[in-house]
Amino acid sequence: MRRRRARGGQGSVPVPLLVPAVVAVAFLVLPLVGLLVRTPWSELGSQLTAPGVGQALRLSLVSASLATAVSLVLGVPLAWVLARSRIRGRGVLRALVTVPLVLPPVVGGVALFLVLGRQGIVGRWLDEAFGITIPFTTTAVVIAETFVAMPFLVISVEGALRAADARYEEAAATLGADRWTTFRRVTLPLVAPGIAAGAVLCWARALGEFGATITFAGNFPGTTQTMPLAVYLALQRDPESAIVLSLVLLVVSLATLLLLRGRWLGRAGAAP
Amino acid sequence: MLAAMLLAGCGSGDDGGTSGGRDGGTGGGAVGGDLTGTLTVFAAASLTGVFTDLGDRLEADHPDLDVQFNFAGSSALATQITQGAPADVFASANTGQMNVVADADLADGEPEVFTANVLEIAVPAGNPADVTGLADFEREELALAVCAPEVPCGAAAEDVFAAAGVTARPDTQEEDVRAALTKVELGEVDAALVYATDVAAAGDSVEGISFPEAEDAVNDYPVCVLADAPNPAAARAFVELVLSDEGRTALADAGFRTP
Repeated sequence: MRRRRARGGQGSVPVPLLVPAVVAVAFLVLPLVGLLVRTPWSELGSQLTAPGVGQALRLSLVSASLATAVSLVLGVPLAWVLARSRIRGRGVLRALVTVPLVLPPVVGGVALFLVLGRQGIVGRWLDEAFGITIPFTTTAVVIAETFVAMPFLVISVEGALRAADARYEEAAATLGADRWTTFRRVTLPLVAPGIAAGAVLCWARALGEFGATITFAGNFPGTTQTMPLAVYLALQRDPESAIVLSLVLLVVSLATLLLLRGRWLGRAGAAP
Repeated sequence: MLAAMLLAGCGSGDDGGTSGGRDGGTGGGAVGGDLTGTLTVFAAASLTGVFTDLGDRLEADHPDLDVQFNFAGSSALATQITQGAPADVFASANTGQMNVVADADLADGEPEVFTANVLEIAVPAGNPADVTGLADFEREELALAVCAPEVPCGAAAEDVFAAAGVTARPDTQEEDVRAALTKVELGEVDAALVYATDVAAAGDSVEGISFPEAEDAVNDYPVCVLADAPNPAAARAFVELVLSDEGRTALADAGFRTP
C-alpha cells in the first residue's frame, strides 16, 4: 500500500479524473468568487454591526446546533434500526425517512403546520391541553430544521453502519455482550467518523434552511429570523447588504466546519 | 420565423402598435395576424389571475402568439430584469421596483400606472378572534401576521399602522403577501394584513375587513414595455390591452381599483 503510493507519486491524478474534478471545483467555487467580487468591502464594517445581524447569526447557530443534537439523539438509533434490525418493511421505512429530502421545504413547512400548527392534528391537542402553541417560536425553527436536516444524518450513519465490519459486533456478542452494550461499546466507536460526517451534513443543511423555517416558524427578528431569512429579506431592499450577510454566514459556517474537521482528523490521525 | 417577427415588429412600430388597441382589443382577427412568437410578461404575483386571463384573450386574438408569464414578487422580478432576464413586459406592484428597472434604462418609455391596490385585514372564515379593525393588531394574545418591512405589502402595513397610531405586535413578518394569506387560510393566525385583491381571490376560507386607514397606503401598479424586449410589438399590444377598458374591467372584477 505504502509502496504503491510512493511509486505513483502525489501529483499523478489520471486525466479522466482530473478534468471533471477541475470542472467540479470551478462550478462549486465560482459562485462564491462572484459573491466576493460583488462584496462592498468598504461597507463591510457598518453592515456587520447593523442591528439584527448578530441576533440572526446567533439564532442560526443555536437553532442549527439544537437541530443537529436532536437529529443525533433520534437519528442514530433510526439509522441502526435501518441498517441492523430485521424488522419487516425496512425498505418502506427507509423511503419514508428520505421523504423530507425530496419534499420542497415549503411543502414541508405546510405539512408541519398540519401536524403541529394551532389547527394541526397534534398541535390542536397541545394547545387545548397545555396551552402550548409551536408556530412562530424558536422551537418551531428547530423543529423545521430538524425535519429537513435529519435525513442527511440518518443516511450517512446508515451507510457507515453497513460499511462497518459486523464481525466485531458478532465477536462482542460471543463474548457475552447484549445488543445495547455492543452498540455502545463496539458499534458507536466503529462508526464515529460516519456519525461525525453525518452531523456535519445535518448541521450545514440546518444552517442554510429557508423554506420550511419561513413557512412553519415565520419570520420575526430575534425569535425566528435566521440568517437565510435575513439574507432573503435584505435582498428585497438592499442586495449589497444581502451579499455581506451571505458572506458572514459562509465564513462562520466554513470556520466552524474547518475547526471541527481539524479536531476530528487530529483525533483520527492520533489513533493508529 | 425570426424575420417575420422582426417585420411584424417594424410594421406595428410604424402605426404605433395599434393591434389589440386600447378600445376593443378583442376585435379584428385581421389586425391580429401580425403578432407572432413568444411574449414574456414579468408581473407581480398579485396579478396572476387577471393577467393570465388577459394573456388568454390576447392569444385568442393572435393565434400565432404564445404568452408566457413569470409571476413573482416585484423586487425579485426587478432583480431578474436588471440581471438580463429576457422579458418583454414588466408590471410591478409598486413604483419603487419599477424605478429600479427604469433607473437602469431598461424601460421603453415612461411606465404607466394601470391600477392600484389597498390593504385589507384577512381573517379566517367566521373570524374566530372577533377582529374588527386595525387596533386589534395591538392584542398580544392574538396570532398576527404582517408582511416584512422589506417587501411592498410590509412597507404599506407600516404606513397604515403609523397613520392609525397603532403599535402592531405581529408574531411573524412574512416574506410576501401570499405567505401571510396562507397562514390565515390554514387558521394559524387570527388576522393578517394583506391586499384586498388577495382576499377577493382567496375564496370562502378567508374573510376581508376593510379599514379607513388603508387609504394612506394606496399601492400603484405601473407597467412598461422593456427596452430590450425580444418581442416589442406583442409587448405593446399586451400593455395596451391592460390599459384598455377591457383590461380595467378585468382588474376591477379581481378587486383592483382604478388608479
